[in-house]
Amino acid sequence: MLFFSYFKDLVGREVTVELKNDLAIRGTLHSVDQYLNIKLENTRVVDQDKYPHMLSVRNCFIRGSVVRYVQLPPEGVDTDLLHDATRREARGG
Amino acid sequence: MFKYIAEKLLVLLRDGRKLMGILRSFDQFANVVLESASERVIVGDLYCDIPLGLYVIRGENVVLIGELDLEREELPPHMTRVSAEEIKRAQKAEKDATDLKGSMRKRMEFLDFD
Repeated sequence: MLFFSYFKDLVGREVTVELKNDLAIRGTLHSVDQYLNIKLENTRVVDQDKYPHMLSVRNCFIRGSVVRYVQLPPEGVDTDLLHDATRREARGG
Repeated sequence: MFKYIAEKLLVLLRDGRKLMGILRSFDQFANVVLESASERVIVGDLYCDIPLGLYVIRGENVVLIGELDLEREELPPHMTRVSAEEIKRAQKAEKDATDLKGSMRKRMEFLDFD
């Protein structure tokens, strides 16, 4: 549940989601669910010329299972908080 | 996902196919039902929409579901729409070209370049 809570805290921020098929999409994180499915708003594809069919997609839903990386803004990561949360989770809540 | 119901969507599949259609139903696995589905085949600057009918897509094959902004141009202006026969020919030509490249590489493998 840690990463679910973690991503919930990032809602509203600008992130880049890189998929397992190498498609990278940048957009505002709109929501995330328990499977780490991600909804992005105001999306733009990083390599637009290679994926012309994505041109008119503004908002999208990405299935959690196809995500390889999520690139976050550095200021969105509080490492101390993450350390504490990780230790708490490892101890079993 | 509820707000996508009855909207025209683009569904990207794991094999790279692009389906478009109206979302009628979905569940927690991202299984989806598309009405008036069509596949958009893109080869270089050519594209074609091939009508498919009603499609039920198993969730595990879904990569992305995108809301189509109908205000915007769907594709860059330099792309041209062609017939299904023409796109199939272009697809075959592209496949033959990559196959040839692959087989050439295989035959040259003993040279051990990279």
